[in-house]
Amino acid sequence: MSNSSKINKAKAPQGIEGPGFFATKLSDVVGLARANSLWPLPFATSCCGIEYMATMGSTYDLGRFGAERMSFSPRQADMLLVMGTISKKIAPILRQVYEQMAEPRWVIAVGACASSGGIFDTYSVLQGIDKVIPVDVYVPGCPPRPEQILDGILKLQEIVKNEDVKRRSSEEYQKLLESYKIE
Amino acid sequence: MALTAEKIVERLESQFEGSVANFRYEIDQILSFDVVASKNFEVMKFLKEDSELRFNFLTDVCGVHYPDFPEGEKFAVVYHMHNWIDNVRIRFKCFLNGTNPEIDSVVDLFVGANWQERETYDFYGIKFKGHPQLKRILNMDEMTVFPLRKEYPMEDMNRTDKDDRFFGRVK
Amino acid sequence: MNKIIETSEDLLINPEIRYSEKIKKFQKEEGDDREFSVLNLGPSHPATHGIFQNVLLMDGERVIEGESTVGYIHRAFEKIAENRPFYQINTLTDRLNYCSSPINNMGWWMTVEKALGIEIPKRVQYMRVIVMELARIADHIICNSVLGVDTGALTGFLYVFQYRERIYEIYEEICGARLTTNMGRIGGFERDWSETAWKKLDQFLEEFPKVWAEFEGMLSRNRIFMDRTVGAGPIGAVRAMEYGFTGPNLRAAGIDYDVRIATPYSSYEDFDFKVPVGKTGDCYDRFCVRNAEIWESLSIIRQALEKMPKEGGFHADVPEYYLPPKEDVYNNMEALIYHFKIVMGEVPVRVGEVYHAVEGGNGELGFYLITDGSRTPYRLHFRRPCFIYYQAYTEIIKGSLFSDALITMASMNIIAGELDA
Repeated sequence: MSNSSKINKAKAPQGIEGPGFFATKLSDVVGLARANSLWPLPFATSCCGIEYMATMGSTYDLGRFGAERMSFSPRQADMLLVMGTISKKIAPILRQVYEQMAEPRWVIAVGACASSGGIFDTYSVLQGIDKVIPVDVYVPGCPPRPEQILDGILKLQEIVKNEDVKRRSSEEYQKLLESYKIE
Repeated sequence: MALTAEKIVERLESQFEGSVANFRYEIDQILSFDVVASKNFEVMKFLKEDSELRFNFLTDVCGVHYPDFPEGEKFAVVYHMHNWIDNVRIRFKCFLNGTNPEIDSVVDLFVGANWQERETYDFYGIKFKGHPQLKRILNMDEMTVFPLRKEYPMEDMNRTDKDDRFFGRVK
Repeated sequence: MNKIIETSEDLLINPEIRYSEKIKKFQKEEGDDREFSVLNLGPSHPATHGIFQNVLLMDGERVIEGESTVGYIHRAFEKIAENRPFYQINTLTDRLNYCSSPINNMGWWMTVEKALGIEIPKRVQYMRVIVMELARIADHIICNSVLGVDTGALTGFLYVFQYRERIYEIYEEICGARLTTNMGRIGGFERDWSETAWKKLDQFLEEFPKVWAEFEGMLSRNRIFMDRTVGAGPIGAVRAMEYGFTGPNLRAAGIDYDVRIATPYSSYEDFDFKVPVGKTGDCYDRFCVRNAEIWESLSIIRQALEKMPKEGGFHADVPEYYLPPKEDVYNNMEALIYHFKIVMGEVPVRVGEVYHAVEGGNGELGFYLITDGSRTPYRLHFRRPCFIYYQAYTEIIKGSLFSDALITMASMNIIAGELDA
């Protein structure tokens, strides 16, 4: 049986408590729910993909952060983990996968190649996926250790927790999508 | 009896006098020679099917660009073959001219040369006559140039996020 | 020098370009009334372990024809290599077959040493053998456990991946990195292996055989696994040879060609190991050949540990190519000069051509190097086994069921980094 003195309870969001009810801001609850159930879409292209496989494995276990179900279907995924070098040939495919994801969606660029082209400063490699899709978190490393990938996901969880519920229909977000020419 | 280099040289010279030349050992102790570009298919067929030579495996096909060499030798296609029975490796180079490099494809002898020749075409623009599907393989199909030629830079010159001064390249 | 390679922005955003040409090829002709469908096993797909595309013409569940497209991760290694000094190219070779980077690294150093004419002491050669065989074990762990996942046996993958973590820990002790190891230098290793490295190696050799025997026992005589994989994706021996197959895929087809025995390098001739060979070249044979190779690799590592010479250090005595230790550089004039020359590239390099091949996880990984006396190669070509045998994929799956086509792809161990380079 588990020892209850060693269990860490997460802090509840700010709110008014009473017998049988708890009133808080909608954005807090929605943020909490979204942050702890981010379903990843692993877009693994090269070496960082193998480190992701290690992160998914038992030693580093991504599942305990809510990312238990890898969704390979973009329609059902929340976060797009782009791992590995993105060449110009696959950029439109990546773009199509991103466009197919339903809102709210987040993107993590794992590894140096996805963030900025990495060590491959050549004519065939896209120097960073933020040339074609908007990115939320960049995880540096070549390849990043699984702990770094988990750190990136934790940072994304912070972003998700604090995001405004109406962000996806706001002016600023629309302008961002327009700058990438995404309808 | 083991297959010695003298035997290989003797058989090749007796069969293809004038088309094979410059027999040498390179640093890695593999027997290398040059072949006139129009005879590459026949030389390879001979190496593969002759009862004494028996080079049954095509290890590698690749291209090289030599912009500083004379006009008839600007491109080279290098073939590596391996005899598994007597355990002998061999290499031969065919030099091609710079304006319109063309050579016969060896896909009929070794099916495995198919993608390797496409890769050489993609990188250097060397046309392989008789190839079933000679189009780009690794680069984007829309690319109009042959990037591994020496005149093209490695970097994408249109990139905006890297400052060339930090890489020692000053315009 | 400054001709520029243009890429229009539209190409980066519009995906139609990637699909329309290929699917057009398979459009129905006039008068053909069989119901075919075109399936795009597109570059981003969960079942393909890497990004490469196959457009398949299917008659229900059966594959009639296919067309492969590769190059989705082309990083122009050969072009980069023409602009980098020899010691920096090692980081590129890591990323070829990234599941077993030390083999690529050691292969590259052996090529450079052949080009420069350097002799390596026995002890360093044995250490290299140990690292290469560990990498081979790591590569086969991935391939076989992922083949298990594709047939539905997910637990095997999670279980044996723990042992891949142990191998990563050994690599970390030796060179500092887990996956893309950048291990070794011209002449040997960058530092001697610590006590912890040897201890972890011994621990691995003790624990791993039981685990692998368990994994093997779970799948190799398992009725479901055998029904799935026996007869799926066979290839004949002569056809495989003509396609340029090497490595476990060729050995599963029946030919016992192994670069470690044909052209032994790094003292492989001192070790006594068998080369497992299959019969029909189908998925089950490839699985069994890889399993048997893991046992042989464990035996080679044990032999290397037993026969390891005590003397020899961890690198060859080549001050012209191997960076001297920092204490010497700061105190000793000669070491300072050597350090300067190595970093600035004023080292003697013979002009010539070298082809050196090692037995990688997938077959004969060859390095064809043309030097011109300067610090960067004139031309470097990687003979990548994966690229060469993947050509045969569409021929192998002709006429087979779709699920067999996927199992075949998993068992052939297609690593995207090695496919495209």
